[in-house]
Amino acid sequence: MSQPRTRLVLRPEEASIPAGHGLHRLPLIGGAIGILGIVGVAVLGGGQPQQMYAAWLVAFLFFLSLALGSLYFVLIHYAVQAGWGIVVRRLAEIGASTIPLFALLFVPIILGMRSLYPWTVPGAADHDAALRWKAPFLNPGFFLTRAGIYFALWSIMALAWSRASRRQDATGDLAISERLRRFSGPALLLLALTQTFAAFDWIMSMTPDWYSTIFGVYFFSGAFVSAAALLSLVVVLLRGSGLLRDVIGIGHLHDLGKLVFAFSCFWAYIAFSQFFLIWYGNIPEETIWYRARLDGSWKAASAILAVGHFIVPFFFFMGRTMKRRPLALASGAAWVLLMHLLDIHWLVMPTVRKGVAAPSLLEIAALLGVGGVFVATAGWLMRRQPLVPVKDPRLPESLSMSEA
Amino acid sequence: MALLTHDLPPGPDYGLLAEFERVDDLYRACERVREAGYTRWDAHTPFPVHGLDGAMGLKSSLLPWIVLGMGLTGAALGFGLQVWVHSYEYPLVISGKPYFSWPAYVPITFELGVLFGALGAVFGMFAINRLPMHWHPLFNSEQFERSSDDRFFISIESWDPRFDAVATRRLLESLGAREVTTVGAA
Repeated sequence: MSQPRTRLVLRPEEASIPAGHGLHRLPLIGGAIGILGIVGVAVLGGGQPQQMYAAWLVAFLFFLSLALGSLYFVLIHYAVQAGWGIVVRRLAEIGASTIPLFALLFVPIILGMRSLYPWTVPGAADHDAALRWKAPFLNPGFFLTRAGIYFALWSIMALAWSRASRRQDATGDLAISERLRRFSGPALLLLALTQTFAAFDWIMSMTPDWYSTIFGVYFFSGAFVSAAALLSLVVVLLRGSGLLRDVIGIGHLHDLGKLVFAFSCFWAYIAFSQFFLIWYGNIPEETIWYRARLDGSWKAASAILAVGHFIVPFFFFMGRTMKRRPLALASGAAWVLLMHLLDIHWLVMPTVRKGVAAPSLLEIAALLGVGGVFVATAGWLMRRQPLVPVKDPRLPESLSMSEA
Repeated sequence: MALLTHDLPPGPDYGLLAEFERVDDLYRACERVREAGYTRWDAHTPFPVHGLDGAMGLKSSLLPWIVLGMGLTGAALGFGLQVWVHSYEYPLVISGKPYFSWPAYVPITFELGVLFGALGAVFGMFAINRLPMHWHPLFNSEQFERSSDDRFFISIESWDPRFDAVATRRLLESLGAREVTTVGAA
């Protein structure tokens, strides 16, 4: 163990992807995979529109949750004036900056509205008193307006925060940090509210008679733990490819691992709370949602989710060693991401494919499609800026932890 | 930091106490003292110093294992108690649920796990640090009061196998200590 780092400054070129580095090809590779996936969805989806749109929704929600989780990460960083994570904040900003793209990726869901959301079918409310009661909220016009509002607010927040942070790279202006901090509280409130309603609109309303007030928090818990896992994975991969090795250190990996550990527990707490109340109350209109997730092979999927999304990460990330070994941290993080994908699959698919949990080729194609576009955009953003906010006033504090 | 002990020194002196003004000096001094092979020594700071455990070469603490063991014990006790009461000893039908309804047992299981884990953490820490300890020879030093204010200290005990009243003092002085004093045992 050497003495504490005394390094306090970082030049932009030390934190950027060097010329000729393989990461420059990320947009190209991501784009190619994305196009391949989208073509695959179009080919495989012919004749089964409902399956196709549902598969797209799973992929859309999975990657959107990573972007939203990253936005939470950035805003919380400013709100609590965190110092430790400045060296990874730019990567979260890049993740959040992909949000405007999701407005475009939402188009197939608008096209497939009638296959996914029973309440959009004309006449659906005729024989359903609950739907008649909910009609002022659950109607296509208001649904689309809300989606527009979500995307507008999320995009404004993501771009405002990441652009200001990049301006600070050039000027080092302290007032930027101060202004972003002041607005981060209200922004978090807006994000939490819009994300809650988005989860109600896009997932919960697939079963429009069913409701769970904790559902928005449930979606947040999965999104945040996955964003922390994605950051851990990306950081280890970047270090592995020779980037930021003396900037992002074991101390930062350790802290990211703690976040993954903590929010796996938080996810389990929220998931169980939702299940527990519905199980105890035992009212058919509530239990029907879990009934669909205990039918056929969905029962096994539910068990894998409980064990894989909670028990495994709980014991894996509990000790100090695993969080401080880059390869172990990255493997654990990849596992958590896989479980988050299962979680989204488990939320969406049982309503359109009763009793059969195994993922279809369509879902894999949709994942490649949305994922390729997501990676291409993130890769393009990574080429355009230093991967660390090099003039952030708290950067020295964060750098000092590189070896802790 | 390293364990305080009740052991009394064989000689009239407890050991040497070196006072540092800057945390960086203390950090570097800890590395040198460790490298010199001392084993019975400690660092004293007014606030936690990141990475000092590494500089001192401290082994990882036993405490997490105590907490894990206690937590699992508490959870098992909580779950077992409810199974015993609700499923065997006094079975009652509650809102039409089976006698063995594990979801109903989760909150108590969780709470007892947390309770036992927390108690394990507090009392385990006390036991490992041999607390409560109402007197310690270092309190003989008046400067030592500043270890809870604005100064940083290294103490090396006189019964350390490598301890030598002259050489050890010279080492500490060479590490940038503001002052090195001998602390009596009484």
